[in-house]
Amino acid sequence: MRAWLALLARELRLALRHPADTLAAVMFFVLVAALFPFGIGPAPEALARLAPGALLASALLAALLPLDRMFGADAEDGSLDQLLLSGLGPAAVAAAKAAAHWLTTGLPLLAATPIAAAMLNLPVEAWPAAIMALGLAAAFLSLLGTAGAALTLGARRGGVLLPLLVLPLAIPAVIFGAAGIEAAAAALSPRPYLLLLAALVAAALPLAPLAAGAALRGE
Amino acid sequence: MLEARELACLRGERVVFAGLSFALEAGTALLLTGANGAGKSSLLRLLAGLIPPAEGVLLWQGQDALADRAAHARRLRYLSHQDALKPALTARENLAFFARLWGGDAEAALAALDLLPLADLPARVLSAGQKRRLALARLALGADAPLWLLDEPTVGLDTASVARLGALLARHRAAGGMVIAATHLPLPLPDARELRL
Repeated sequence: MRAWLALLARELRLALRHPADTLAAVMFFVLVAALFPFGIGPAPEALARLAPGALLASALLAALLPLDRMFGADAEDGSLDQLLLSGLGPAAVAAAKAAAHWLTTGLPLLAATPIAAAMLNLPVEAWPAAIMALGLAAAFLSLLGTAGAALTLGARRGGVLLPLLVLPLAIPAVIFGAAGIEAAAAALSPRPYLLLLAALVAAALPLAPLAAGAALRGE
Repeated sequence: MLEARELACLRGERVVFAGLSFALEAGTALLLTGANGAGKSSLLRLLAGLIPPAEGVLLWQGQDALADRAAHARRLRYLSHQDALKPALTARENLAFFARLWGGDAEAALAALDLLPLADLPARVLSAGQKRRLALARLALGADAPLWLLDEPTVGLDTASVARLGALLARHRAAGGMVIAATHLPLPLPDARELRL
């Protein structure tokens, strides 16, 4: 556990030294969300109707951005070999990477959620549900993305392959997340949808690092 | 004791080497030599457990070494071509991470390779030789890993640093450690056996 925390601390420290990466993901999220009002025009009801799905889609696309460098940078400078020989085990290395991705990309997206939600004319009552849904969906994507990043490591055009691999698997998170936000916007309880989303995360929590670890070991 | 029996390595469809056997006792060193592409680096990666052997077995104290790869990883240190440094972290932070993983004293290791004056510089501004020294400082952490696998350890090093590496290697072998090094340059490894690939 001490070694695992050391790895997580190293990942967070590296993210702090490169704040532009986190900032780029947040800006991307806000900009993609801002495209919808331009496309749909000044019809507040139409916009609010689209807001839950648009929020989820924008956030997941933004969270994909840093994934292709997740293992790539470490593979290029030889760090990955050292991590695989650290005695931690490849699945634990992948789990630390996933946790760091959520902390450095998923959490900052939540901070920008109110901005995006306001632009999409989402009722204020639904904002807490939106933040929770995005946080859980981002955690799901961090886990799936870690497995995807490990699988596409070393592949030519891995950066293109990765979204093709990960986004289809993220569809359930979009469905449950958007349904939760919609329920909250209609003054209903978002709880069942958020619990289903949490169940997805709970299922991916042990499986995705194992898959990623197996892929890393096969490298 | 480390023993390799009839090891073979494939790269794609090509056989890099086959039928390779050797044994290494505590305190001894093995120099891997051979032309470029002879498979020196592949052999080191195979010995580290990073790639599986196509054939043959690797034994540690008579047991299959690669059966438990995490346990095998804990008894070795692997220095690859690449220095495995993070450019954004300082020299001290780079080394402190490995000290937290394996135990050992990062400050003493920095001192052993004369890196204390550079300790607070980010690794990205270090020269190639200084980066190599910082990578070698991982060996000086002092946590007990009996098997050292070194891939061209002296590339880019000045003579003073080669002497420091020599002292490190001598201390490791005196404590019963083993060294396997691939090299084209003379290494400070007295009475090392040579294995030509």
